[in-house]
Amino acid sequence: MQTPLVEMKGISKSFPGVVANDDVNLVVHAGEVHALLGENGAGKSTLMSILTGLYRPDKGEIYIDGRKVNFRSPRDAITSGIGMVHQHFRLVAPFTVTENVALGLKGGLRLNLNKLAQEIEDISNDYGLEVDPKARIWQLSVGEQQRVEIIKLLYRQAKVLILDEPTAVLTPQEARDLYLTLKQMAVRGCAVIFITHKMQEVMEAADTITILRAGKTVATVEKSETNEEELARLMVGRELAGIMDKPKAKKGDNALEIKNLEVLNDKGLPAVKGISLSVTSGEILGIAGVAGNGQRELAEAIAGLRTYQKGTITVEGKKLVKGNPLEVINAGIGYVPEDRLGTGLVPNLGAVDNLILKEYRRPRWGKTLINNRAVRLWARKLVESFDVKMAELDAPVKMMSGGNLQKLLLAREISAKPSVLVAVYPTRGLDVGATETVYRLLLEQRSKGMAILLISEDLEEIFRLSDRIAVMYEGKLMGLMDTKNAGVEDLGMMMAGVKRMGVGA
Amino acid sequence: MAVSSATRSFIRWEKRLQPSRIMSVIVPVVSVILALIIGAFFLSATGFEPLKVYEKMFNGAFGSRYGISETIVKAVPLMLAGLGISVAFRMLLWNIGAEGQLYMGAFGASWVALTFPQLPAYIMLPAMFFAGCLMGGLWALIPAFFRAKWEVNEVITTLMLNYVAIFWVDYLVYGPWKDPEGFNFPLTASFSEAATLPTIFGTRVHLGLIFALVSALVLAVILWHTRWGYEIRVIGESARAAHYAGINIKRNIMLVMFLSGALAGLAGMSEVAGIAHRLQHGISPGYGYTAIIVAWLAKLHPFMIILVSFFFGALIVGGYSVQISGVPAATVSMLQGAILFFLLGGELLTYYRIRFGPKVGDVNGK
Repeated sequence: MQTPLVEMKGISKSFPGVVANDDVNLVVHAGEVHALLGENGAGKSTLMSILTGLYRPDKGEIYIDGRKVNFRSPRDAITSGIGMVHQHFRLVAPFTVTENVALGLKGGLRLNLNKLAQEIEDISNDYGLEVDPKARIWQLSVGEQQRVEIIKLLYRQAKVLILDEPTAVLTPQEARDLYLTLKQMAVRGCAVIFITHKMQEVMEAADTITILRAGKTVATVEKSETNEEELARLMVGRELAGIMDKPKAKKGDNALEIKNLEVLNDKGLPAVKGISLSVTSGEILGIAGVAGNGQRELAEAIAGLRTYQKGTITVEGKKLVKGNPLEVINAGIGYVPEDRLGTGLVPNLGAVDNLILKEYRRPRWGKTLINNRAVRLWARKLVESFDVKMAELDAPVKMMSGGNLQKLLLAREISAKPSVLVAVYPTRGLDVGATETVYRLLLEQRSKGMAILLISEDLEEIFRLSDRIAVMYEGKLMGLMDTKNAGVEDLGMMMAGVKRMGVGA
Repeated sequence: MAVSSATRSFIRWEKRLQPSRIMSVIVPVVSVILALIIGAFFLSATGFEPLKVYEKMFNGAFGSRYGISETIVKAVPLMLAGLGISVAFRMLLWNIGAEGQLYMGAFGASWVALTFPQLPAYIMLPAMFFAGCLMGGLWALIPAFFRAKWEVNEVITTLMLNYVAIFWVDYLVYGPWKDPEGFNFPLTASFSEAATLPTIFGTRVHLGLIFALVSALVLAVILWHTRWGYEIRVIGESARAAHYAGINIKRNIMLVMFLSGALAGLAGMSEVAGIAHRLQHGISPGYGYTAIIVAWLAKLHPFMIILVSFFFGALIVGGYSVQISGVPAATVSMLQGAILFFLLGGELLTYYRIRFGPKVGDVNGK
């Protein structure tokens, strides 16, 4: 067999508290479209950051075309013919396509933009990357901007092209065009690596697939020799331990009811495409799914932070006005946002000021003047009963650890006694101890009759906490089932968009 | 993408976990000293003895009863405008329009004084007070509205409205409001006795000082003891968190800008009623701009603004007193500019520290 174009051997990389890559191997040949498949946090991005010289591995070796390389910086990687299209494009909006390609080119002071424009046109004709060299970036659609990024790499004669979740921002038609381009590039002798967690994308575009899970290489398989079921199992398939150690739910009436909800994302594209669900008091409904499938938009719509196109959200029989956070708070919805520090908490204010973030307008703290002493006393009690550790009550909360921040946030949200709590990735980035505390708090509130909507990408968490599980994929519910009837494999398939079942509640 | 060179450097800026408290005291003091040193170079280059000039400035500002009272007189509009600016800045509303709001406040107060000259003082002065605040506040509401409604950058709009306000006052004092007995000078007729702010201790120091001190106190109470103040602080620190907490950001933009403009307008009112006793061309020599420096130097704290205003008042008065001996009038502006320059540069030290030696133990390395 020929020498692989890219070979990564025994790559390990750890960050404080996390092992992102643990003895990872990756072999990519010229002429091949290679998919790097895995859940969020599986170590895909870290691995590619190492290949592009952004990070240096703790251990392991990289060979390009059989030659051992040691990248000190991204520039070294570019010189070796490795280029990456990031999820967030690195383009200068007011510049033309040609000017953007010219940026960072080596050579003298002279710059022949006309010649460059001609060369860009040649490349775009060659590879079917239709784009006007004289257009300014801000005039282009997201798909066209992505083509500019690819042209940039091709112009620099990159042999290895890495794309980070390239279809996340594309329409289905644009995605199909992109697959063709990728194949075209492979045919010309490039190696294409793309990071993804979408099964359909893998099956459509990849020749070879390497699956990462929890920082380790699980397998490298040829597409022709595998199927979606196997991939799903490889991607998620872990043993789930200690699931059912929670008391039986005392289900009550529907506390939160969502009907036919349609929400747009920041780019104005549909992110939630007609979701209906209900959560009864005393139950936890877990929404599983890979991040970026509309969960954030769903949560923000419920919290009043985002308006929606269609549908209704009802809390205890009362229909909510869209896009009004104050009404949501008053209706009795607590919200633990994904972005703890910045949305959920004010980084530069102290614990006291953060605890009264929603409470401050209640008359019990005074009509116009706030009774600071009473507030402090109350805050101190909350901090103690939720065991939040901090240097001092008035120190900026951004100094606190992630676990304590989340405890502080939960202390505020729970103490307001909402009838519904929406928790988005509540344990992301927390250590084991803090995670356990969060679980305990959520389960406690469940037994007190709170209706909890838990959005998470951690299947173990979903299984442990939820009474029912729904799976979200590309803005839709792929399935909704009782936890006891749910199998890991089914969930994995639904998360990857392969299978639907049991929707209709 | 060229991050490689930075990783090998031996002098680095490192972000502090928390802004340094010591630095936030040292930096302003050192800024002033450095500015004086820089000023000394220019003074000696133009043939003056810097120490003598500074001594003269100090004596001019503090050396006599008259000097001190003049320092206070100059400090009053800086306090009021500075307080106004600080409350807007706290919400990250960059109100550069205090100068124009001051002029509109002066206009409002003058309108009352000139239109109803027969009013007794106990009606006249409150009416002028409210007219001044109202006009200043309304003037600030224009950019506030555009900012709240369409996110129009308030830096540009407040700044441009300054010129409109200044020219509006000029139009009045050169035209319809010109005093027929004023030998063609651009000023209105003198206000009636009732429209004059009482003075203190037989000096030119007027009731405006009390306005400023009370305003600072009220502002401090608002900021740290009321719901509204809490909202202002939260919005300033994190608009996203404010939105999440159900705080109405747009309404607060309008309210805070009104308050900001009203305080600057009050400065204008106290200038016409306390000092000039009439509306005239150039009623403010740029108080509204100097007050930006004041607010910034004071870190937006109401009580610090009072203190810093005294210092800047002294700088202005000291500047006047050395002009007689031929020192250029621009010296004071230069010193002010130099102070701000060093202050902004030094600000970096409160948030970052300088580290020497190669980078170790960072996220990317081992």
